[in-house]
Parts: sequence; structure tokens; C-alpha cells
Amino acid sequence: MTISPPTESIPVDRARDTSSRASRWLVVLRTPTGLTAGILLFGLLVLSVAAPALWTDQANQVNTDAILQPPSDGHLVGTDNLGRDLFFRVLVATGLSVQLALLATAVAVVAGLILGAAPFLVGPRFGRVLTSAVNIGIAFPGLLLALFFAVIFGIGATGAVLAIGAAGAPAFARLILTLVAGVTERDYVSAARIAGVGRVRILIRHILPNIGEPLVVNATIGAGGALLGFASLSFLGLGVQSPDYDWGQLLGTGLNSIYTNPAAAIAPGVAVIIAGLAFNMFGESIAMGIGAPTIGTAGRRLLARGRVRPETAAPVDQGRIDAVLEVVDLSVTFPGPRGAIQPVRNVSLSIGRAESVGVVGESGSGKSLTALAIARLIEEPGQVDATRLRFQGTDLLSGTETEHRQLLGTSLAVVFQDPMTSFNPTLRMGRQLAEVAEQHQRMSRSQALARAIDRLRAVRIPEPERRAKQYPHEFSGGMRQRAMIGLGLMGSPSLIVADEPTTALDPTVQQQVLELLAEIRRVDEVAILLISHDVSVVSQLCDRVLVMYAGQIVEDLPVSELARGARHPYTRALIAAVPTMHTDLETPLSTIPGRPVDPSDIPPGCPYAARCPLASELCRTQAPPLETDAAGRRVACWRADEVVVR
Amino acid sequence: MSTMTAAPRATANRILTAWTDAVRMRYVLRRFGRLLFSLWVLVTAAFLMIHLIPGDPVRGALGPTAPAALVEARRESLGLNDPLLVQYLNYLQDLLSGDLGTSMISGLPVSQVIAQRLPATLSLALLAFAVTVVLSVPLGVAFGVLTRNGRARRAELGFTSVSSVLGTIPEFLFGVALVYLFGVQWQLLPVAGRGGPESYILPVLCLAIGPAALLARILRVEMVAVLTADFVRTARAKRMPSAIIYLRHALPNALTAALTIGGMLLGGMIAGTVLVESVFAWPGLGSTIVQSILTKDYPQAQAIVLVYGTTVLVVTMAVDLILAALDPRSAIGNS
Repeated sequence: MTISPPTESIPVDRARDTSSRASRWLVVLRTPTGLTAGILLFGLLVLSVAAPALWTDQANQVNTDAILQPPSDGHLVGTDNLGRDLFFRVLVATGLSVQLALLATAVAVVAGLILGAAPFLVGPRFGRVLTSAVNIGIAFPGLLLALFFAVIFGIGATGAVLAIGAAGAPAFARLILTLVAGVTERDYVSAARIAGVGRVRILIRHILPNIGEPLVVNATIGAGGALLGFASLSFLGLGVQSPDYDWGQLLGTGLNSIYTNPAAAIAPGVAVIIAGLAFNMFGESIAMGIGAPTIGTAGRRLLARGRVRPETAAPVDQGRIDAVLEVVDLSVTFPGPRGAIQPVRNVSLSIGRAESVGVVGESGSGKSLTALAIARLIEEPGQVDATRLRFQGTDLLSGTETEHRQLLGTSLAVVFQDPMTSFNPTLRMGRQLAEVAEQHQRMSRSQALARAIDRLRAVRIPEPERRAKQYPHEFSGGMRQRAMIGLGLMGSPSLIVADEPTTALDPTVQQQVLELLAEIRRVDEVAILLISHDVSVVSQLCDRVLVMYAGQIVEDLPVSELARGARHPYTRALIAAVPTMHTDLETPLSTIPGRPVDPSDIPPGCPYAARCPLASELCRTQAPPLETDAAGRRVACWRADEVVVR
Repeated sequence: MSTMTAAPRATANRILTAWTDAVRMRYVLRRFGRLLFSLWVLVTAAFLMIHLIPGDPVRGALGPTAPAALVEARRESLGLNDPLLVQYLNYLQDLLSGDLGTSMISGLPVSQVIAQRLPATLSLALLAFAVTVVLSVPLGVAFGVLTRNGRARRAELGFTSVSSVLGTIPEFLFGVALVYLFGVQWQLLPVAGRGGPESYILPVLCLAIGPAALLARILRVEMVAVLTADFVRTARAKRMPSAIIYLRHALPNALTAALTIGGMLLGGMIAGTVLVESVFAWPGLGSTIVQSILTKDYPQAQAIVLVYGTTVLVVTMAVDLILAALDPRSAIGNS
């Protein structure tokens, strides 16, 4: 463990903006870790210069009356075999220890630069040889390399500096190779090459300034490693030789007297750790500060297990007796940086036996989250609230997740958008299906596998026995999506929640998957909740369409009325955006102007008002309620009745 | 439609499987090729080592007072007066016949010393690796689950800081601390020499703590990443119990990345034995190589470096091949 492998940070062309670089380094000092490490490192450097100047005499004073003494008021860490004060010796050793570590790092960086930049200078053929040499060097642990070079350079401080430097060189060479390769692809380097600027000049003028920063950061981390490595060599007796002394040497001699004076070994050990960490932590926090932005809350996925909080029991209509799914006032809330956001608000819907309901809307309309909330797959910190959430008559709001596991595992199937990533790459397909039956239907392993093969056959996967033994990557995309549907059929589902099941597939495969879903619905009387941004997909498979906008249902109507009976301006705009066989190819395709509503900033009034050609003052100030008409159609629009039916 | 196309499709699938097997076989062969090349580089470097030593290594070993005739005789017996190429070919030939050279100090064949001492070193490193895995996998998984989705920020911060500090501290400093605590303070365990099973405890721990901390840290990050994967959501949609989701679905995917580092860690551990053996007076190869360097016993140092290097290369390849077998995609992804 001599010099830790450098972490690779991405070079950015920042050679010339020194001011912003300085400020970025300062920002690092404002983080607690960065500040602690900075202070430690500063203190260490000051001590390494000051201690030898101030206390060398005390450290070297021989006192034969007080040899090998344990710690006392006079000698805080005790004395060595010549009666010299070990506290001062540890302090003074800071100088040599830090100095040698920095020297070894310098050797490593220079050797790394020569090895790493050479392929750029000597051309690709010899460069490849150098690169593979560097790669072989990296395969060996640093300590082993250091021992190898210690044999060559001999024991003693000089030999150890060279050995540790040489041992660290491959790691730096690798880093520099990567950095140089990154910079040479930039436009300004190509431009300089075309302009006939020599390679050495390009290296010095254009490349080195751009890789300087990550190099300095990694050299700082490397200095920590070199310090620890040097302590190791001196401890083994291969580094600093008496009468000189560094921490490793003090530690080695201290260990011999650990029974009489443990402090003699512990004090230099603690010093080595603190110093090593100071370099390491400082380098790491700078690397973190100037590197890629840390993973914040924005990129996090909001999935899986959900917590359903019942609200105070509100009077609710009894709903349809035969409903597979009943949802009343479902909302999904996530904490955000500027307060909680609600991407799904007060969604109510019910689905009857073997009914097929589609949910359409733009990205961000809350349709997928609605599906996940119904399937109880929203994970903390997301939160699902509803006045009613019943599946097959069972109240999902009360009771624990474990209580509903059996019911949901056998009766509610979920099909996800991306079949490429939705299967576990390390498990065989058959196994992934079979474990459902083992878990929920208490089948034996072989029974469950037989059932899995049967289900793969049911979704028309050829040679299901052989396919069941394969891994997901051996399946095509369309086949995987069919397998996903087969997975849902392992139990006897009464509802399939399909979240954009065809979006990631080729058009012809899309058609096969839709036909399969339609057939399952017809034959097994399974209800389907189909989420899609594609109105034509929904109209092909569904009886009824729910249109969502800004987390709310804005219209609910039969598919048959979609083309001519839509009353919400947003629904009409969505339909107009779908090209058909009769679309005039000469005119540009219709799009919906404006942008969808940001769920963290929902305007008062109708959320669609800003994009709606019919919006009035009323629309902008008051939100329209979702009204149900005599035929059971629902719409939330102040001007719904004014929309002329063509 | 299926009756018409079933036969050619089956053929196509068989061809595909055969192709996959061929790809995998080619990967194994290529990996072996790389090992042989690295071994050749290692052997050549070990050979050149003696010739890179400034000055006359024999004079250096025998000291300035040794008579010139003795130095010359020793040079002759080591073959150092032959042309370099002849020496190189002789060296290769000796290696192939199992002759690793003769110690300049003891006069014993180095292969004998190595055969006697290598088991002590290897048992230490392999045990330490097993302990590393046993310690780090449960820790990494537990903290990965605990801190998934940005939960338990404090636990994450604490775990990451403690594990990165432990991961940086070199083995011999753990050694000093363990010797002090278990040997001096509590007098619970033997701190020197190789004896019964209890003599293994401290050296093994001291080799394992750092790598275990590092591996646990990497595994936590991998677990957190894997737990956001789509297939974990699928497992949740299948309503599998949490234990199955974490251990059957998430862990194998997280381990793949961790094992890649595992090879490096095991290599580092083999080198780390040098320090640990020195702390605990362990009669292994590590203390022998230090002794050889100190006494300028170059043929012995050269042979031990060769043995260490070969062990590291073989171990790294073993990990690569295990990975390829475990993860059905890795061999194909690599080709």
C-alpha cells in the first residue's frame, strides 16, 4: 500500500480562469472535512519546518541516566535506549518524514509524466508498448514494487525515495495517459496540430496547463500514500537509517520496547496516521469540490414500497360493486428543496372487471406516478394519500405491506416501460418467473419452473423450456416485454398495470405486445390500466380514457368519443397532435404550444390556462371542478360546454 | 405462424448459444495470454534487477574488505561474467527447471527456502481475504439498505468517514495497535510467531481490517446504486420479501463490481504480509525478503520478488475468471 492509485477527475479546459479556480479551491475549505484537512495539513507543513529548527538539540540530547523510561512529566512519551526524549524526537521527525514523502511524490509525478506523456510525443506504435507496460506495472501492489526497487536502489533514505517514487510512477502514468488523451481530443489541440505546431510545444503550451489541476490534486493524495509507504519501509529497516530518524524508524525501534514503554511505538504511529490522513483528506475534498457535482436529491429515483396514509374517513359514494379497483382522491407528495411538491393531486378512478382504462398525458403529467401509487410501489420519501384505495374489495390503506403481499403478488400484475433493464441480469429467466409462484403460491421449485415455462408459452415465447434457462441479455426487447407480461400471469391477475409497455419497442413489436394484452384481457377477463403518452396506443386497447394534466384528471371519456366528443381543450390538442393517414403532410404537424406545468410551481386557476386558446379571466383565477355528466363522462373545464362538436 | 418458423429459429438459437460459448472460451484464452505476457515481463524485470544495481552487486554483498579473488570466483559461479543474453537464456532455462538460484548468504537453494516459508505467507493472506469478505459483505449490504434513496444521512456520513479512515491506515500500524491492546494491555493473544490457531488471529485481523473497510465502502455505494435499478422495482412489483430482494436480486449485481476490486485487494494483501510478518515475527516469505534486502542477498531477493509477483498475477487472473463465470455478461462485455 505505498501510493494509493490516483482518483481520476475529469479535466476541463480551465487553464486560463485562475480566479474561478482559486474560488473553487476556497469553497472546498468551507466544507467541514475540507477545513479540518486544510488546517491539519497547514499545521503539519509548519511543524515540518519549525520542529527541526527549534527542538533538534532536545531531541538529540543523550542522557544515560534515563534510558528506556516510560512517559513522565519530564518526558511526555518516555525515552529511548540512549535516554533521548521521544516526544521531541517524534516532533523533529516530522521534518524528515514530510520532506521524504514530498520528494518521493515528486519522483513519482515526474516519472509518471515522462511515461504518461511519452506516447503523445513518440506516436502510437511505441506509445502502445509504453501503455501496456504501465498497465502491467499497475497490476502489482505498490509495496511489492517498492521492494523491487529497494533491491536495486539499496537501503537508506535515498534508495527509499527512489523506490517509493518509482513504485508510484505507474499509477500517475496511467492518470496522465487518461488526462492527456482527454485533452488531445479537444478542438484547440486539433487546431494547433493542423497549424503545424510541434508536439512538444503543444504538450507544454496546451496540454500540461489543462491537466495541471487534477494532477496537483492527485499528487496531494499521493503524498499521503507516499508518507505511509515511507513509514512502512523505514519500519522494515529499509528506509531511513540511524542516526537519522523518521516516524517509521521510531516506530520500528519503539515496537521492540512495547512491553516497557508502549508510548514509544504509539506516538509515532499516531503521527503517521494524522499526517497521512491530512494529505489524503485534503486531496480528496479538493477532488470532490472541483469534480462532478455530487449526487443531489434531483437525480434520485422515486420507486418501490409506499406508505399509504388514510385521511379522516370522508363520506364516499359506495362505488361500483364489481369494481376491481377503486381510487378516491389519491395524491402523491414528495419533499422538495423548496417545500413539498405534489405531482399527483386528487385523482379518482375506478376500473371494472375486464375493463381497460387508458391514462394519457404529456411527460410530467403524473400518469406514471399514479400507476406506481396504485400498485403501491412509491418509496419513501414519496408519500401516498387517498380517501379510498380498494383492490378487489380489500382496503389497501389499512394493514401492513406484508398483509397485502399475497393478494398483490398474485392478483396485481405490473408491466414496466423498459424491458431491457427490468429483468435481473444475473438470474435465469425461468427463475425470475418461478420465484413468484414459490413465494406466493407455495409451489415447489420444479412445479414453479414448470408453471414459468407454461406462462412463457402462453405469451408466445418459442422453445420456452430452453428460453427459461437463458439470461435476460439473450432475449430480444420484444421477447423480454412478453416475458414481463408472462411474469404478471404467474398468478391469476385481475388487473394489469402497464406503464408505457410499448414505448421502448419497435413499432411492429409494439403491435404484437398490444395484441397480446388484448387477448389476455379477453380470454382471462383481466382489467388493464394502461399508461401511455401515445393516444393511438390507448385508443387501440382501451374502453375508456383518462386525460391527465399537471397531476390531475382533466377529462374522462369513452375511447369511441375521443375523436369527436372531447370537450377539454387539452384533450383536443393532444388528439390534434396525433398524425393519421389523413394528415396533410404539407402542413407542419400540430404541437401544443407552451410548456407543461412545473409541479413545484402550480399556478392558481386552471393549470392549462396559460396554454389554452380559450382561457378567460375566470380560468386564470379559479380552478374548474371535475364535473360528472349523466353519461358518466367527467371533465374539468369552465368552457367545456362552449367547445363546438364538429 | 410458429410452426413455419420454429425450425430455422431453433437453429439460429443454437448457433447463437455456440457463438456465446465461443466468445467465452476466447475470453478465457485471451486472459491466459495476458497472464503469460505479464509473467514474461515480470521474469525479465526480475532478471534485470540484479543488473540494474549500481556498482558490482557481488562486491556490495561481500563487503569492501573481501579479497578480489573471492569476488571474482563468486561472480564466475553466478555467471555474471557471461554476455547478458547468455545470462538471460540461462536464467530462463533455470527457472523452467525449477531452479530459482542459490542464496549468497546461506548457500541454500532459494527454492528450498521458498517452499518452506511460502505456506505461512499464503495461509495468512488467504485467511485474511476470507475474513475481509465475511466482514465487509454484511456491513456493506446492511449500510447500503439503510442508506438507500438518501435515507439515514448521518449513518451514511459516519460509515463513509470511519471506513475511509480505516482503509487508509497501513497494516503495520494496525499491527502495533493490536499488539499493544491484545498483547500488552489485556495479554489475551500471542503477538509473535506462528503456532496454534490463536496465533493467526491478530496477523489476520491486521491484514483484513483495511481492505474490509474499503470493500464495505465500495459495496455500500454499489448496493445503493443497484437498489434504484429497474429490476429491483420489478422484484418489488412481484412482492418478494425484502430479504430476497436484497440478497437474491441486489447483492449479486453489487458484488460484480466489488469483486473487481477484490482481486486488487487480495494482491495488496499478499504484499501486505511483508509488513505484518515483520510486526508479528511471522516465519513467512515477507520477513525473508526484508532480510535478503538488508543483507544484500540478491539472488534470494530476486527469487522472492518473482514468487510474490507471480502469486499476485495468478490471483488477479483467478478473480477475473470467477467474475466471468459469475456474471454472464462480463465475458461478452469484455470482448
